[in-house]
Amino acid sequence: MIDLLTHSYVVNVAWILAQILMVIGPLLIAVAYLTLAERRVIGFMQLRKGPNVVGPFGLFQPFADALKLMAKETILPAGANKVVFLFAPMLTFILAIVAWAVIPFGEGLVIADINVGILYLFAISSLGVYGVIMAGWASNSKYAFLGALRSAAQMVSYEVSMGLVIINVLLCVGSLNLSAIVEAQRDMWFALPLLPMFVVFFISTLAETNRAPFDLPEGESELVAGYFVEYSSMSFALFFLGEYANMILMSSMTVVLFMGGWLPPFDIFPLNVIPGPIWFILKIMLVLFVFLWVRATTPRYRYDQLMRLGWKIFLPFSLLYVVATAGFLLATDRLPTIMAG
Amino acid sequence: MIEALFFYLFAGIMLASGLMVVVSRNPVYSVLFLILAFFNAAGLFVLIGAEFLAMLLVVVYVGAVAVLFLFVVMMLDINFSEMRAGFQKYLPLGLIVGGILVFELVAAMYGDVFKGATLPEAMDISNTRALGNVIYTKYMYLFQVAGLILLVAMIGAISLTMRKREGVRRQSVAAQNLRSRAETVEVVSVPSGSSPENLSTAAVKSTKTTSRNGGNT
Repeated sequence: MIDLLTHSYVVNVAWILAQILMVIGPLLIAVAYLTLAERRVIGFMQLRKGPNVVGPFGLFQPFADALKLMAKETILPAGANKVVFLFAPMLTFILAIVAWAVIPFGEGLVIADINVGILYLFAISSLGVYGVIMAGWASNSKYAFLGALRSAAQMVSYEVSMGLVIINVLLCVGSLNLSAIVEAQRDMWFALPLLPMFVVFFISTLAETNRAPFDLPEGESELVAGYFVEYSSMSFALFFLGEYANMILMSSMTVVLFMGGWLPPFDIFPLNVIPGPIWFILKIMLVLFVFLWVRATTPRYRYDQLMRLGWKIFLPFSLLYVVATAGFLLATDRLPTIMAG
Repeated sequence: MIEALFFYLFAGIMLASGLMVVVSRNPVYSVLFLILAFFNAAGLFVLIGAEFLAMLLVVVYVGAVAVLFLFVVMMLDINFSEMRAGFQKYLPLGLIVGGILVFELVAAMYGDVFKGATLPEAMDISNTRALGNVIYTKYMYLFQVAGLILLVAMIGAISLTMRKREGVRRQSVAAQNLRSRAETVEVVSVPSGSSPENLSTAAVKSTKTTSRNGGNT
């Protein structure tokens, strides 16, 4: 009888739904507290206090913000293309959520352990640009459109070098599966042998998530707020949530590719007792802190500098590094044996 | 059973969005429907177990090609009524092209071309590896030729669009980095009561150097 139940579709679907909820729930809470952490951390870095009034240490601030946003009116600009205008923030948010399906939180702790996990992540992150460009076009406003154009060019440019960096990692692993990538780092995190690529990847993720110093698409000094200037209330909140969920996603991608995922830094006694998911979350928090740190300390790039960095420096450099990595692995006979999976 | 359901779902949406690409009045909608069609094609690839191709389709076509496409279409200043006027003029040509394609498809399906073809057997190696095994061995030269064609297209596009203009102030990072402190900044002490203009020889010199080196001040 139990056998019959476990093999029925209903139970399978219910189990998958439960898994999805187990990921999305904490993710949304993490997004809420990331916004608070950002304001607090930047506040401290600039010798301010940041929001500290609502609740102890300002811990209820995100909920106050959420309530405020929900209570506001959703404004649809008269000249806007209504369908696309409302679809764009939803798309941004959906894309930021669905990518989590393949992220391994621990050994075997993954919703969909697919063979081409890293390609799936890359594909989903490359779609993020659609939310931005659709919002910019549908708003029917100059500022929004300019912001969207900048963003499209920027995200497409940095994706190229990100792809090449991923190829570097894949050369060392021999599999596109994210769990296999983490397992390959049991002896040494890829952040050490591929340190230059680690740096290039991190900077590219900054550009890909439109974060400072590459936040030109929303550059408030010249574009007011860029592509989401016409959005208000919950449609704005979806963009906001999507942007922060994307930051967490990109951090987890960095952790999986370069910082050993759920593995402890050293496989010695007090460290390897702590369960894998805790390590994974700690590492994500470290990368996110650097995100905030960069935002608090660096001035915004100019547009031509941004393009120069992406196309003239990162692209040739990561391409050369692919050749170097492949050559080194081949010469020292360290090319990974390709797994059957 | 579930698989068949998903096949008809993907195939149905793909056909419908393909139709919408052609009949949409707004070209931006056309591109968006094209993207939807790509997605469903990726879904069909997943159904036959070609997950690598599915992901590549999304990365390359949706993530890069369609973005640039959308980019261009959004920036075009299109008069929709004028476009409708041209519809009848171009209809016969479109029908001829469409007819030829349909004929080829039908001929391929019911002719001898696909007679012996079946879906490849599911192997225990992933299709990423299977593709790599043939592309980098059997079809190596064709693969290289494809790369060369893309290179030529790239060089062509660059040479068509690149132009040298006079009077453009470009940032030269090397020149900026090679400047020494001495030729840029001079610290002078201004006695109180006198105006800085009186000792401005040094200041004038330094501004000149700055602009000559293309710095953006």
